[in-house]
Amino acid sequence: MPKPFNKLTAIAAPIMRSNIDTDVIIRIERLVGNSVRGTLGRWAFGSLRYLPDGSENPDFVLNREPYRHAEVLITGPNFGCGSSREGAVWSLQEMGIRAIIGCSFGDIFFANCFQNGILPIIIDKEVVDELAAEVQATQGAGGMSVDLEAQTITSPSGRQRSFEIDPRRREGLLRGLDEVSLTLRRNDEIKAFQAADRAVRPWIYSAANPHE
Amino acid sequence: MATRTGRTMLDKIWDQHVIARISDDTDLLHVDRHLLHDLGGSRGLLDLKSRGLKVHSPELTFATPDHAISTALGRSGTIEIGQELLASLRTETTASGIRLFDVGQPGQGIVHVIGPELGLSLPGCVIVCGDSHTCTHGGLGALAFGIGSSELTHVLATQALIQRRPKTMRVNLDGKPAFGVSAKDLILAVIGYIGAAGGTGYAVEYAGSAIRGMSVEGRLTICNLSIELGAKIGLVAPDDKTFEYLQGRAYAPRGAMWDQAVNAWCQLRSDDDAVFDREVTIDVGKIVPQVTWGISPEHVIAVDGRIPDPQTIDDPERRAAVETALDYMALKAGAPIAGIPVDWVFIGSCTNSRLSDLRAAADVVRGRKVAAGVRAWVVPGSEIVKREAAAEGLEQVFTDAGFEWREPGCSMCLAANGETVGPGQRSVSTSNRNFIGRQGPRSRTHLASPASAAAAAIAGVIVDVRTMRP
Repeated sequence: MPKPFNKLTAIAAPIMRSNIDTDVIIRIERLVGNSVRGTLGRWAFGSLRYLPDGSENPDFVLNREPYRHAEVLITGPNFGCGSSREGAVWSLQEMGIRAIIGCSFGDIFFANCFQNGILPIIIDKEVVDELAAEVQATQGAGGMSVDLEAQTITSPSGRQRSFEIDPRRREGLLRGLDEVSLTLRRNDEIKAFQAADRAVRPWIYSAANPHE
Repeated sequence: MATRTGRTMLDKIWDQHVIARISDDTDLLHVDRHLLHDLGGSRGLLDLKSRGLKVHSPELTFATPDHAISTALGRSGTIEIGQELLASLRTETTASGIRLFDVGQPGQGIVHVIGPELGLSLPGCVIVCGDSHTCTHGGLGALAFGIGSSELTHVLATQALIQRRPKTMRVNLDGKPAFGVSAKDLILAVIGYIGAAGGTGYAVEYAGSAIRGMSVEGRLTICNLSIELGAKIGLVAPDDKTFEYLQGRAYAPRGAMWDQAVNAWCQLRSDDDAVFDREVTIDVGKIVPQVTWGISPEHVIAVDGRIPDPQTIDDPERRAAVETALDYMALKAGAPIAGIPVDWVFIGSCTNSRLSDLRAAADVVRGRKVAAGVRAWVVPGSEIVKREAAAEGLEQVFTDAGFEWREPGCSMCLAANGETVGPGQRSVSTSNRNFIGRQGPRSRTHLASPASAAAAAIAGVIVDVRTMRP
């Protein structure tokens, strides 16, 4: 069940390279197993964050102060492209990330964020670049404020910008709603759909009893 | 907004699956087929159990192990955690009454290979799976897409999913592909043209004379790489080729129900006056075999082309991206891509492991030998593909040439099962992603068609397959 998200003021770290894929966010071998949750935070961005000998890469932004305490990421285009692995979101969540600001995201990653109480914000690329520049100008010390209720981002300079969000997604995050429970309340509708559909498309429902 | 009289194929399939309208653009959709695999399937079933819930429609749910099992003969190399995942997939699917296509059984294989092959995936279906390459099934005219773990649990519990209707894009591939050019080359060229984020937010319908003339297996390859365009859905309108492909498959309808289904499937194609949010037309006659040089599928060039030179790129962001990619791939700016030595060749994955792919590779390999110093694997997409390929002599062609012939699974495409390309090693792969470390930590991947990968195995270098034909 996702944690509600309302507002946040925190360190923001810019990771501006385009097409940061979910393999880069979390390597697959960290996700092989039924109980990987809770183990992933230290492996997020592993290939960027650590050198081949396992030591921290001092050049990677999240290894530098104050960015290593970031709860907001400012990202380049198409962040989270690639696989559907929700472990990418879990790893970010476990390293403390609560909001991600970018001009575009991988579609499946974007949906996975909402399932885990992380707010992904889509905003014009010029604005993303301005936010990153402002953060860099303060060496990361200036906090970024994100207010989901008001749909605003306030940058270190105090400048406020609005963002758009699907009202259903907004509501879900604000209240920490569990979609499974909500949909189960519609089970009568689901059953009715299946009963009617079975008459129209019987072949969909006959597969479990193959002919052979 | 333009007045829309005609409906797209996406609209038709979507509207038929709406259980309830959630908001203007968001619906609760019925899921016709839910496919589970070993990496996330048992986790989802355990998650459901921990909430005290039951699988809503086990008869619409199907499972197979593919991601974490070894592809060594006899599965001898399955890592411990892979064995645990397989054991729990068996236990949990049995407990829930879900059909499992287990190791060694006809039906086991890469989930996106077996769905179409068994006739589980059908035109007009909504198909989901916890894997982004679920878009593959769109090659049959299904509305198919990958989902995360939370959505997977949602589907197990409700057989439904809340989705926002995507925008629509039509990619028209017109003309006749040139000699040596496969479906893989066409879609790589499309990704190079539109970009890795060009399809974000869209469902992409592939149309045009090249698609109509293409085999169903080629269409599955085309749709498979939709997600590398950023589009989680790819679609091809079903036609006589589709029906011919499906008829007689194990789980496809038969008799009167088959006729009824075909009648319905014939209605699915986009109306002539349907309007798409974006339309792209590409003349495929000009496309030559493609190979990727970088760390995104959009980093693709013609095999007879040159590696990009960052010095010639004005945009600082694009220049930096090319420099990063060249550095990771250890490639020289401006050099020809052909002639670069390779350590590994991988023929497999949900993109290119079907019988027609293995035939295309075998046509290049026949009577030749894998170059010294190259390790070359063929990993058939399914138990059925493996058996059919062996029966028509393809296994022999590959093993005679020095390829390793493996058991079906995802294997080295994403290296979840411990089968990896070593650090710093270079691979030519028929898979779908050349991301940093995709085939193993610090591995370097060049994506190409089965014929091009086979050619690289023989030549020991990246090579233009058109020069290798007898």
